[in-house]
Formats: sequence, structure tokens, C-alpha cells
Amino acid sequence: MNMFSDNHTAADALVLYGQTFASRLLLGTSRYPSPGVLQAAVKLAQPAMLTASLRRQNLQAGDAATNAFWAMLATLNVPVLPNTAGCHSVQEVITTAHMAREVFGTPWLKLELIGDDYTLQPDTLNLVEAASRLIKDGFKVLPYCTEDLVLCQRLVDVGCQAIMPWAAPIGTGKGPINPYALRTLRERLDVPMLVDAGLGVPSHACQVMEWGFDGVLLNTAVALAQDPVRMAGAFASATQAGRAAYLSGVMPEHDSAQPSTPVLGTPFWHQA
Amino acid sequence: MTSTITVRINGNTFELAAPATLADAVAQLEVKPPFAAAINLQFIPNTAYQHTPLFDADQIDLIAPVTGG
Repeated sequence: MNMFSDNHTAADALVLYGQTFASRLLLGTSRYPSPGVLQAAVKLAQPAMLTASLRRQNLQAGDAATNAFWAMLATLNVPVLPNTAGCHSVQEVITTAHMAREVFGTPWLKLELIGDDYTLQPDTLNLVEAASRLIKDGFKVLPYCTEDLVLCQRLVDVGCQAIMPWAAPIGTGKGPINPYALRTLRERLDVPMLVDAGLGVPSHACQVMEWGFDGVLLNTAVALAQDPVRMAGAFASATQAGRAAYLSGVMPEHDSAQPSTPVLGTPFWHQA
Repeated sequence: MTSTITVRINGNTFELAAPATLADAVAQLEVKPPFAAAINLQFIPNTAYQHTPLFDADQIDLIAPVTGG
């Protein structure tokens, strides 16, 4: 479903922590109707990374389903981005991160530290400390954060080489609910930024990419679509379209109409 | 009389013959990889299971990969 040639993508690759990714779309692996649908969506969208998580093993059931997911991840051949979803304290985050690094064999980490269970808003008062400790422990941290400029600056200050502000609360599909703050953030900070969470339709992804964000991470908008595979392709195309528009330079907006057809030589001019 | 310890693993109570290590618990429960372990919210690398003693009332978490967003 790529709109552009491989050469175009290669010339404008996403770079995170010095590593190059051909795609600017990161995709979650939850809530799909079936593993087969997830597989097909991944094959069509060709995301840069797939997010995954860790949960307690069901010691009674033998966890056949978990092993099936693990086996499927291996066949998809897409880098895995483990998350720390569900963590409510810095220590929970640190412990989960180390467990994820051992299980998935990767230093990449989507840092999630939840401060409010209703909105799943990040704990902005402790996120920086968690990020700082993880960076010192050698993780490549992609922090899920709000669009708060000062918070994001602090995350960069402690060593985050990319950040992931939300568009809206996880799973809401509302799209960017604070465009002013997101655009200000984009203008003020010079690190790669991926908009994570709250995107509902491909135009949301296209919109934030037009604003200059470097990528998007989404899950529910694809997984809960009536046709998740087709929607995955739509998001991939929208992400590329938004990026191309940003690189092209958007025209200035005007309050008054500007005729696009030349006025000079208009027939019957002033002959009424 | 054999002494035992009582530990919580993934929220369930288990009795283990003392002394016991984390490796003993993993073997007794036949936990299948991939998984990682923590005791009382402290990560334990898999290379340390054999040398990590368990104590009464320890809280052990054994976690495995799942889908995520």
C-alpha cells in the first residue's frame, strides 16, 4: 500500500536513537478480531515497529495463547517495541522494563506510567524520573506523554532522543484534541516526535504528519475497524501523505478568496 | 519433618520445600519460556534463578509476552 517508491522512503527515513526505519507508522498488536487479521494488517501496513506487552502467566492454563503470540511475532519480522502499560509507579516501570528487555531481547521501550486510570493520562510528575533511570540503564526510551511543552523538554533533557505525545486519551479515537499545544510542541522541540494514542481515522494521522510530527503510533483505530486490514493500509497511506505534504511546504492560509484562474483577460470584464 | 515456605506466585499461594530457589519454583510449576521473573518488585535475571533464595511471603511475578498497544 506504499504510495511512493522505496527510494523516496529511503531518502526520508525515520531515525530514532540513530536507527533508521523505513516506515513512520508504528502499530499496536491488541484487540484484533484474530491473530490472522493482525498478521494481514502488519503485512499490508509494514510498520516500523510493533508494540507488545507483558502480563502474568496463567500457571494453570499453560498459556498456549501467549506462546502463539510469541511465535507469530517471530514470523512477522518487525522490530518489537515493548511497553510498560499498566504501571503506576516508577519502580513498577523499572522492573517491567528490565523484564521486557530480557524477554524480547531489545533495549527499545515504550515508557508508560499511568497517573489516572479513567483517562489513562501519563503520570507527568514521575515520568521524567522514570525516563532518566531507564536511559541510565541503557534503554532506548520512547515515552508516552502529554503534549505539555515543559514536560517534553524535561524528557529530552534527561536523554530521551524521541518523545511520544498523545493526541487524545488511549482508545478514544478523538484525534488531536489540543492542536495548538501539539503544534507549539513541534515548533519548540527539535527531537523526533511520534503522536501516540487517540487517533481514530487516517485523516488524524495525516493531520499531525502535516504539522511536522515524525510518525504515529496507533492500535485501536485499526484493530476495531470493520476491516482492520484495509484500515491498516489506509493509515499507512495517510501517514505517508501527511509526511509528503509537510516536506512539500503547505501554502499560507488566507481569510479572503484568492482566484486561482488568472483574472487578466477575463471576457466580458466590466461590460455588464 | 520437612519445613516449607509459603510464597505468592502470580497472585496464587504455593508451598515449597525449604530451602528453595527461584529455579526450584520455576521447575516445580513447569513454567514455559519465554518469561521473566521478579521477586517483591525486583527484577531477577534468568542467569540468577539458581542463586536466588526464596523466603516466606515472597511475592513472585512470572510474566510472559502478550499483545499490547
